[in-house]
Amino acid sequence: MTRYGFALKAKTRRSKRFLQSRQPKLTEDQKSSMIIRGGNTSQTVSQALKDVYALKKPNAVLYKRKNMVRPFDDSTALEFFSKKSDCSLFLFGSHNKKRPNNLIFGRMFDFHVLDMFELGIERFVSLRDVKTDTCPEGTKPLLVFAGELFETDREHQRLRSLLTDFFCGPRVSAVRLAGLEHVLHFTALEGKIYMRSYKVLLKKSGCRTPRIQLQDMGPSFDFVMRRNHMASDDLYKTAHRQPRGVKPKKKKNISHDAFGTRLGRLHMQKQDLDKLQTRKMKGLRKRRGEQTAETAAAAAKAPRTDE
Amino acid sequence: MWGRKPRCVIRTKMASCSFEDVLAKAERDEAEKLKGITVSKELDLEFDPGNLLAFDKNRIDTREFKDCKREDFLRSLARDNTQLLINEMWKLPTERVEEVIVAKLPDPTTLLPREKPAPKPKPPTKWEQFAKLKGIQKKKKTNLVWDEVHKEWRRRWGYKRAKDDTKEWLIEVPENADPNEDQFNKRNKAKKERVARNEYNRLKNIARAQKIKVPGMGLAPTPRQSKAELAQAVNVAKISTASVGKFQDNLPKEKTPKNTGRKRKFQPLIGDFSSEKQKQLDLLKVMDSKKPRLDVTKAVNKQMREEDMESRHKNKKDFGKKGRRGKMSGKGKGKAGGKGKGPKGKGRKPQMKQGKR
Repeated sequence: MTRYGFALKAKTRRSKRFLQSRQPKLTEDQKSSMIIRGGNTSQTVSQALKDVYALKKPNAVLYKRKNMVRPFDDSTALEFFSKKSDCSLFLFGSHNKKRPNNLIFGRMFDFHVLDMFELGIERFVSLRDVKTDTCPEGTKPLLVFAGELFETDREHQRLRSLLTDFFCGPRVSAVRLAGLEHVLHFTALEGKIYMRSYKVLLKKSGCRTPRIQLQDMGPSFDFVMRRNHMASDDLYKTAHRQPRGVKPKKKKNISHDAFGTRLGRLHMQKQDLDKLQTRKMKGLRKRRGEQTAETAAAAAKAPRTDE
Repeated sequence: MWGRKPRCVIRTKMASCSFEDVLAKAERDEAEKLKGITVSKELDLEFDPGNLLAFDKNRIDTREFKDCKREDFLRSLARDNTQLLINEMWKLPTERVEEVIVAKLPDPTTLLPREKPAPKPKPPTKWEQFAKLKGIQKKKKTNLVWDEVHKEWRRRWGYKRAKDDTKEWLIEVPENADPNEDQFNKRNKAKKERVARNEYNRLKNIARAQKIKVPGMGLAPTPRQSKAELAQAVNVAKISTASVGKFQDNLPKEKTPKNTGRKRKFQPLIGDFSSEKQKQLDLLKVMDSKKPRLDVTKAVNKQMREEDMESRHKNKKDFGKKGRRGKMSGKGKGKAGGKGKGPKGKGRKPQMKQGKR
C-alpha cells in the first residue's frame, strides 16, 4: 500500500481486499474485540481474560504483552490499537490496590470510545475448574438478562446493551435448533452483576418443545459495578443511525426480455462438429465389420441435411 | 323392540360417560405434556429471537438469594428463563436444510450501535457527470470474448486476454511515421503515459470527492510550497498566453523579472571587429605553438593536493595496505608530476573542474 496523502493505493488484489474489508459498509459484519492486559494483572484477571477470549474465539484478539494504559484518563492508546486491529469492542484487565481485579468492558464508534464500564471481579470460577464438556467454539449463545435493575436504572440499561453487543455472536438468518447449546445468564441485584454460563441439555418432553436442563459450564463471574463512562446522548444517537435501505444482491447473467422470458448466457467449449450426433437412424448404425463407403457417405450426408 | 330400548339407553349412557371421560383424559394428558415446559412468571419476558435474547423484568427475591444456595437459585432462575426462551424459539417457522432442521430467525429488535458511521454516497466522477449530461448509458459487456487467433474464449482484459497488443512480434510502420523510430518502444511509452494519466485522473476524482485542495499545474504536489517554487509557478503561468505574456498586466507592486531566459552572450554582429580579430589570432597562435600551455596556479594546487594525500596515507597505521598505498602514492606522484610538467594540451579540461560540473 502506498499513500498519496489522502488516498491509499493498493498494489495487489489481496491488499485491495484487505482495505475494502476495513471500509465502512451498509450492513456490518460481526464486531471483533481486543483483550488487553494492563500494567499489573493478577492471576484472576489473566485467567478471566483468557476465558473471555475462549468464549469469543474467532473474532477476538488477545494481546499478550502488558500495556501501561489508563483507559479512564487517556483513551488514545486504546483508540490506536482499535484502529490498527480494526476492533470495535475491547476488554481491559488490570489489578492494583485501589481497584483489585478490574475489568473494563468498552466499545468504540468510529475508533473513538463510546461506552466504558468498569467491573470488579469478586468471585471467579474459571473454565479449567469446571470439568464438564464444553460446547464448540463459535456457537451463538442464548443471552438472558434478569433483574428489574436492567430496566429501571439508566446505567444498567447501557450495560445491558454493551454486554449484548459484546457476547452476541454473528448475525445469522437461521439457526439450527439442536445447536442452541450455550446460555449466558446475567442477573443484576443490588449493584452487583452475576454472570453464569451454562450448557443447555434438551430433554424429551411430551410435546414438540423440549424440556431444558442446565449444566454448569464455563466461566462464572460475580461483578461489582465501579466507574463508568457513558457516551453523550447525541453521540449515542449518531452511533445508532442506520443507512437507508440495503438493496438485495442482483444475480448476474440473468436478464429478462420483453416477453418475460428469462435469458442467460453460456460460453461453450469448442465442439468438434464432425463428431456431432444429430438424429439416430437405426438403419445407418454401423454393424460389426460391415461398413461400405456408400453407407458412410449417406450417414455423413443425413445429419448434415438435418442441420 | 322392547329389548332394544334398554340397550339403546345403556349405550347412550355409556357413550356420554366415555365422551366426557375421553375429553377429560385428553385435557389431563395435555396438561401433563405441557407441565414439562411451562413456567409461571409474574411478568412475561421480553424476547428478541433475532439476537437469541430474553429479558426478565421480574423482581428477584433477595431472601432466597442470601442463602448459601445461591448457585442453585441462580441455576433454577436460569433454567426457567431459558425454558421460556426455547419455547419462543420453537414457535419460529422451520425448514429443512440438508437433513437438519433449522429455524428462520426474524430481524433483531434490539438496536445496537454501529461500528463505523454509514458510508456516504460518493459524488460522481468527472466521466460520470459527463455521461449523465450527454445521456450515455453504460453498456453491459460480456466477460469473455472470442479470440480468432487462439480459437477460444478468452477474457476481455487481464492475463491471457483476447487481443493482446504486447505479445505482437510484428508492428507495421505507418506511412507517415519516421522509418527509424522504434515502434515497440513507442507503444510501451504510450501505454505508460496512459497509465500515468489514468492514475492522475483517479487521484483527482478522489480529491474532488473528499474536497481536498490539490495544487494546480506547475507546482509540486506537496501541501507546502517554497517561495521560489510559487514565484516560478506565477511566472510560468504569466507567460503561458498566446502572446507569451506581453500583454499581461502586473499586480500593483509586482516587478517584471528582467533576467529570465537562458544566459548566452554573443558578440554584436556589426560594429568594431577588432576584438573578434584579436581573439581569432590568439587562437591560431596557441594552436601553432609547440610548447603546451601551462596554468601555473592549477599545477601548483594539484601538486599540493597530491602531497597532502600522500602524507595522510603514510600516517595511517595499516600495515597491510601500506605497501599498496605506497605504490599508489608513487603512481600518483608520477602522474601529478607528469601532469604538472607534461603536455596538457589545449581543450583538455583538467580533472579539478569536474567538481564544478
